[in-house]
Amino acid sequence: MAGANFEQIQKDRQMKLKKLIAAGTIVASGLMTSMTYAAETIKVGVLHSLSGTMAISETTLKDTVLMMIEEQNKKGGLLGKKLEPVVVDPASNWPLFAEKTRELLSKDKVDVIFGCWTSVSRKSVLPVVEELNGLLFYPVQYEGEESSRNVFYTGAAPNQQAIPAVDYLMNDIGAERWVLLGTDYVYPRTTNKILEAYLKANGVADKDIMINYTPFGHSDWQSIVSEVKKFGSAGKKTAVVSTINGDANVPFYKELGNQGISAEDIPVVAFSVGEEELSGFDTTPLVGHLAAWNYFQSVESDANEEFIATWREFIGDEKRVTNDPMEATYIGFKMWAKAVEKAGTTNVDEVEQAMIGITVPNLTGGTAVMNSNHHLSKPVLIGEIQDNGQLEVVWETAGTVIGDAWSDYLDSSKNLISDWTKPVNCGNFDIKTAKCSGQQF
Amino acid sequence: MVRRFCFILTLLMMVVCRPAFAADEVDSLINQLPHKTLRNITPLLDQIAGHKDEKVRFVLTEILNGDLYYLKSNRQVVSVRKSDSGDYKLTDVLSLSVLTQDGKPSIKKIRTSNRIRSHIRGLLAQIDLTHDSKAVRLAAVQEILENIDEDTVALIKKHQSNEQDSEIKELMATAVALYQLNEGAAKEKIAAVTALKESLQPEVRNAMQVQLNRLAEIEKTELTKDDRALQKALTSAVDSIKQKRKFYEFIENLFFGLSLGSVLLLAAIGLAITFGVMGVINMAHGEMIMLGAYTTYVIQQMFPQWIDYSLFIAIPAAFIVSGSVGILIERGVIRFLKGRPLETLLATFGISLILQQVVRSVFSPLNRTVAAPEWMSGSWQINPIFSLTFNRLYIILFALAVFFALLAFMKRSSLGLHVRAVAQNREMARALSVRSDRVDAITFGLGSGIAGIAGVVLSQLTNVGPNLGQSYIIDSFLVVVFGGVGNLWGTLVAAMSLGTINKFLEPVTGSVLATIIVLVGLVLFIQKRPKGLFPQKGRAAE
Repeated sequence: MAGANFEQIQKDRQMKLKKLIAAGTIVASGLMTSMTYAAETIKVGVLHSLSGTMAISETTLKDTVLMMIEEQNKKGGLLGKKLEPVVVDPASNWPLFAEKTRELLSKDKVDVIFGCWTSVSRKSVLPVVEELNGLLFYPVQYEGEESSRNVFYTGAAPNQQAIPAVDYLMNDIGAERWVLLGTDYVYPRTTNKILEAYLKANGVADKDIMINYTPFGHSDWQSIVSEVKKFGSAGKKTAVVSTINGDANVPFYKELGNQGISAEDIPVVAFSVGEEELSGFDTTPLVGHLAAWNYFQSVESDANEEFIATWREFIGDEKRVTNDPMEATYIGFKMWAKAVEKAGTTNVDEVEQAMIGITVPNLTGGTAVMNSNHHLSKPVLIGEIQDNGQLEVVWETAGTVIGDAWSDYLDSSKNLISDWTKPVNCGNFDIKTAKCSGQQF
Repeated sequence: MVRRFCFILTLLMMVVCRPAFAADEVDSLINQLPHKTLRNITPLLDQIAGHKDEKVRFVLTEILNGDLYYLKSNRQVVSVRKSDSGDYKLTDVLSLSVLTQDGKPSIKKIRTSNRIRSHIRGLLAQIDLTHDSKAVRLAAVQEILENIDEDTVALIKKHQSNEQDSEIKELMATAVALYQLNEGAAKEKIAAVTALKESLQPEVRNAMQVQLNRLAEIEKTELTKDDRALQKALTSAVDSIKQKRKFYEFIENLFFGLSLGSVLLLAAIGLAITFGVMGVINMAHGEMIMLGAYTTYVIQQMFPQWIDYSLFIAIPAAFIVSGSVGILIERGVIRFLKGRPLETLLATFGISLILQQVVRSVFSPLNRTVAAPEWMSGSWQINPIFSLTFNRLYIILFALAVFFALLAFMKRSSLGLHVRAVAQNREMARALSVRSDRVDAITFGLGSGIAGIAGVVLSQLTNVGPNLGQSYIIDSFLVVVFGGVGNLWGTLVAAMSLGTINKFLEPVTGSVLATIIVLVGLVLFIQKRPKGLFPQKGRAAE
């Protein structure tokens, strides 16, 4: 026993010595290289709010990007260089998003930015990335009606979330009357406008659609739920499409439960409720209601299991959940890395062209493709909320759906297409007049 | 002879074995469950429900509740219960024997969706018409009423005569009449309308409307005499139902308004003391509410087995926690800033930010889950179109109780007398040997403590997070200013009227516009009467 121990110690010493020498050489060579080429890293800007109201959601995405960078560095980085994250905090303050972007692009000279959550923050960042020719990856589902040469949208466009959800309710649940509930800001308003046009195109009468907006953080849902109940008691199957944002959801679902409306009577499909949000809810009143996303943590696949395990290890929490914007960040990062390798440089113009056509496997199976309109092709999943805060898939699209930057159901945008390849090379090409107005958003 | 004997024997066997065969059939049907997907499970469920067997109801209920699983290894169908300690109890649904297993079993849920669940509810309703419990039978009839057809109406007719309970009988009669209205001949329809005139079931109104629409499509000249009579009966019945609905809608809006008002009252009444009586602009008032809500969370975490009683413990606990923080703030900061309202405002605003950050650091910025006790959930169904939710009902009563307790304290107790004395004339009160410093601290503690109680109530209605207080501070100030500073009755009237006005506006204008209208109205009102609804009178007011 003692001998074995002694041998072990000897071995350990040798190992340590070897490690020391190796470390020394690495440091030395590192010093030399850093002397020859200064700043030989690829800088990745992370622009997510770490304080303020959006911190709840956005902190997770910052951690996701950091995790992806760490993973990539383990594999030796990109183009032989290490990746270096530059994290800034725009503090849920929309004008600050623009300032921080300027700082990232002109002072830190980052090669790419992963960031933004709310549409208003993206709109505030847009002019800056266009002016300074930056590259932004935006990972959250949004209202569409935008396509910028400098932005890649890896979240869902309305036709990859809202419209399939309505199709499901219409065809599988048999809904004939529709309540569109939303928080009063740009994403719900635009989405509902598209949905209203879509429903009418499918023969739903005006009187069978009810639209209602509430302020941010609305907590007294009594009258609205009671109205929904009355609206739903008119003899036709009724469904609620909810773009209610953030905190307002909890009192909404509670009130539904208390007034005795179950998911079987009037199902609610939500576009802003995912695993992360559900982890802060008492899920009892939500069970059976629906959510539409492109990713659920509960989907069984090897890639997903590996992703969840890596994430939990990185964050040091065995119960931490994953969600759809995380997958969008994951896909965006992988695509960018692939495009950089394909282009052989981090130059924005070259990477932008290399991005189009890049494929990355989805975590839920299948492949995500970056299309020439800077939107992804993704599968759409509808899930029912379970009492453990997870979502179980009840319906999915047969294949992937191509993200549509400009909705076909709005008069103002039905003739527009976005194509960033030659010869069109335009974010809002009007196919009727064959003109590019140059106004990308 | 032998032959005949054999024949009788076989007959006997058949008679004896028959139930056994049927049971086997159910078992084999149940065993097929794991092999079905969401799309093709419905016919199998119909087959299972077609058998009269005790297992059927059990299995269907288990699927409905999401407790039915199967073992991944041999596809044995089991019902699973998870105990509080995280252990799994597996029961074989066919033999009802408990399975022994170690650790987390390798099981998979038999999946359902809303469509399948509502289908199962329909199947169960038909079985449950003969259930022992009255509530279950009533729910079953109600379920059938919603999609009545030829088969189900026959079923109801079959059980109608055996039914003893008058309420269920009435609902069964409604169901039968409803079917007549839908499918019967013109004469039957008229009879059905007469029978259904008093019914408030939404299905009845819908069916009547459908009939009216059908008649409206027929050319005037082609209407038969019966049709005309039916049309007349329908129109008058629909009108009377409409009148009743209008009435209940009004009552419902009033209830919603009072309930919103009572929440405002609870949030504002603490401020009515600190701001109204003491004159301290306390921007950290909202955070006192938040602390109360977090106290509820902590209490529920400490006693997870007593969720139903947690609120009774949380109310005094929150009063003490918020009250002591309030006293600390008064002793530590506010008393040094007496008579300097602007600085008090800034200092308390700073404190509110500090408290928010403390909560963020201790409890994380994510919202915390506060469970609702069983008795706070659900609603009191007064008739098919009118119900009151229990949580709101209790909150109205509770808010009024807190209000009157506080009023009694201020008017009847000697401490209350001191508080009023100091508020009216500090120097004179001191001259009469009232320890004004101590009174200040206690008053502030009281106001904060009541804010803490409001937090317990709000934890039942909204999110418990660091920003909880912020969303109520403005409303609280509005109520106090509207009611008249320093007047508790004013606070009550202001809270209730703001709540009611808001709720009556909301259905007409939408909630965004309703809030704006109320705010603009308030601003105009304050312009006209700067001292609010009930201004303080006399020398104390100067």
